[in-house]
Amino acid sequence: MSSLTQAGPAVSAGPAPSPARKRRGSGRKWAEIGLFSGPAILVYVGFVFLPVALAAYYSFFNWNGLGPLERFIGFDNYTRVLTDPVFHTALRNNFFVVGASLLVQGPLAIGVALLLNRKMKGRGLVRLLIFIPYILSEVIAGVAFKLILQAPAGGSYGPFDTVLNAVGLGELRQLWLADQKVVMWTIFAILTWKYLGFAIIIMLAGLQGVPEELSEAAAIDGAGWWQTQRYITIPLLGPTIRVWAFLSIIGSLQLFDMVWIMTGGGPANSTHTMATYMVLFGLNRQQVGFGSAVAVILFIISLVIALLYQRFALRRDLEGSLTGREG
Amino acid sequence: MARNRKGAIAASMAAVALLVAACSGSGGSTDDPTDPTAAPGDGTSETSDAPAEQTITWWHNATGEPLVSFWAQVGQEFAEANPGVTVDVQSFQNEELQRTLIPNALLSGDAPDLFQQWGAGELAAQVAAGHVKDITADVADEIAALGAVANPWQLDGKTYGLPYTFGISGFWYNTELFAQAGITSTPKTLDELYAAIDKLKTAGITPIAVGAGDGWPAAHYWYHFALKSCSPEVLQQAQAELVFDDPCFVKAGELLGEFIASEPFNEGYLATSAQQGAGSSAGLVATGKAAMELMGHWNPGVMGGILTEEAGEDVSPPEWLGWFNFPGIDGAAGDPNAVLGGGDGFSVHADAPPATVDLLKYILSDDVQARFAEAASSIPTAPGAADAVTDPNLQLVLEGLQNATYVQLWLDTAYGPTVGGAMNDAIVNFFGGSGTPQDIVDAIKASVETL
Repeated sequence: MSSLTQAGPAVSAGPAPSPARKRRGSGRKWAEIGLFSGPAILVYVGFVFLPVALAAYYSFFNWNGLGPLERFIGFDNYTRVLTDPVFHTALRNNFFVVGASLLVQGPLAIGVALLLNRKMKGRGLVRLLIFIPYILSEVIAGVAFKLILQAPAGGSYGPFDTVLNAVGLGELRQLWLADQKVVMWTIFAILTWKYLGFAIIIMLAGLQGVPEELSEAAAIDGAGWWQTQRYITIPLLGPTIRVWAFLSIIGSLQLFDMVWIMTGGGPANSTHTMATYMVLFGLNRQQVGFGSAVAVILFIISLVIALLYQRFALRRDLEGSLTGREG
Repeated sequence: MARNRKGAIAASMAAVALLVAACSGSGGSTDDPTDPTAAPGDGTSETSDAPAEQTITWWHNATGEPLVSFWAQVGQEFAEANPGVTVDVQSFQNEELQRTLIPNALLSGDAPDLFQQWGAGELAAQVAAGHVKDITADVADEIAALGAVANPWQLDGKTYGLPYTFGISGFWYNTELFAQAGITSTPKTLDELYAAIDKLKTAGITPIAVGAGDGWPAAHYWYHFALKSCSPEVLQQAQAELVFDDPCFVKAGELLGEFIASEPFNEGYLATSAQQGAGSSAGLVATGKAAMELMGHWNPGVMGGILTEEAGEDVSPPEWLGWFNFPGIDGAAGDPNAVLGGGDGFSVHADAPPATVDLLKYILSDDVQARFAEAASSIPTAPGAADAVTDPNLQLVLEGLQNATYVQLWLDTAYGPTVGGAMNDAIVNFFGGSGTPQDIVDAIKASVETL
């Protein structure tokens, strides 16, 4: 580097005017920064930072949410949360959804996106149909599926079971939402139905960034379709996949709506997630301090995972773009 | 360049100004400093001298017709009779109202003025936090008329709400399905009930629908077995001091275990709701898919509401509906004439406008109570309206209430949401096959520790 500063007048002329320019321009620069980002920072501090801080504060108290905040109990709430078997179930369920989303929705989305990534008649319509479940409100979808998957009663089966029977798959009929062995898979299936479209659209967008010349070059070299996808397209889709995975992980950790609507955490507390656990055992049982402890634990888990992911998984993308390929 | 920059700055300042204006506009409709000795004030509060304009927000738990329209009409009648008063009547689903909406509203300071109140433990927590108005002086006449049924809405001799309906829990059953199964008389003992269940199963009929998904409907079975196993003194002590050391509570679980082992319930009952739609336990009985349900006295009204929803037109409770009291258990230690009951009432918020108490008294007036009995197919509390109960089933319920030597309030309401919720959870787990009768008692005791 030192050889550069002695290289010539063009370089040495650089530093001289800049201090004066910085002093005169920096005040204005900061004013601009403040003005444009101020509202966003205010909203972020007010709606994210402050509630988390308040929750952390409340979590050290035994508080029913109705009276004054006066019974300090230290870490008792945290001990209770971390030793509660229902919370362990909730943790397991959350990580089950995280893992299953990555392992099932990811490959499925990539596969469908690869198949759709060509000019074909009705491509726009197909993409629309795939994306519609994502636009639908979670609550409406939850209520609808709750009706479709209802248990048999008085000898008559619910809609889904009736259809299964009609196509000859009658042995597959289950208590989709009432059998503890099956219910979490049912919820995951409905989540997949809802969010697969989102993943597919993201993958399709990522695929637009893959230059066609590469696939043409590969075709000239005699590569088959699958070889092209495997060695060229999918690796180039890497950054998109990593971003989608990040969104998926965070969304799975915060899963609430679908579970709350369809099962309310049941049957017998088997489908709780950390968020539903927090609402049911904290708010609805008038133990707001306890609920706050759950909220803080959920926050810490999400934060740690997000930071680790950014450090290890996304760092590769940044390194890749910095070192880059020639030409 | 300079012109574009100035334009950009002007535009962003305008945006910030709009944002600040929007925020301050919705920040609060009153600048009255909140009274430090009372609960946080709500947006509709006024000063204490009767103002010209009052708006009363009224939250209730009826979602089926015709009760929803009836309450709306009552609100309107009151508003018309009292110039300057507007009544905003809002109805919410029962579980959401009790567990989420009311606690949130009280906590946030933006609470309704007249709201659903189930009494006892929940009421105690709300009173301790200063959210409920002491109306003892205003409703002295009503309390004298209501008598003992008003006890759950009273604390330390002061009145914090009034019940508009009270009844006891029992089995609502389909007389036609019973006849089809060859059951000739309603079960009077537990053994007769087991026999009836067997006959129904033989006839291919689902004997009992239970909404275990909502927790409390399943828990009521344990409550009844506790009522039959424990003496009234033990139960009263449990409610007053939250002590559960008596072995009768474990016995209750053992009796429940035997009952569950006879497999009388609808399929998938762990996920069935109590009152929401045709798939709920009330809906299953209403549509003839199950023979009976252990439920409170509001069930005919709820069933009528579900059937109306399904049919799209006003349908009253089914003709074939019958009722019998929870059967006695030979050799049980509890009072055989003890009953489990409860009701619904309304409480007035501490910061509510003065006319709210008058609205409550209007709701409890004989005329409105008599019309309520008809609209809700339910049992009014006002003695002056007792004649309005014409439904023979409800007359049986009322008789059961009047003949009782001891009335125990639903245990989850009696013990408050923290203990009640944990208790219901443990009982539903027991239904699901995990845990022992002792575990139920242990769970209750553990939750008392967390209070």
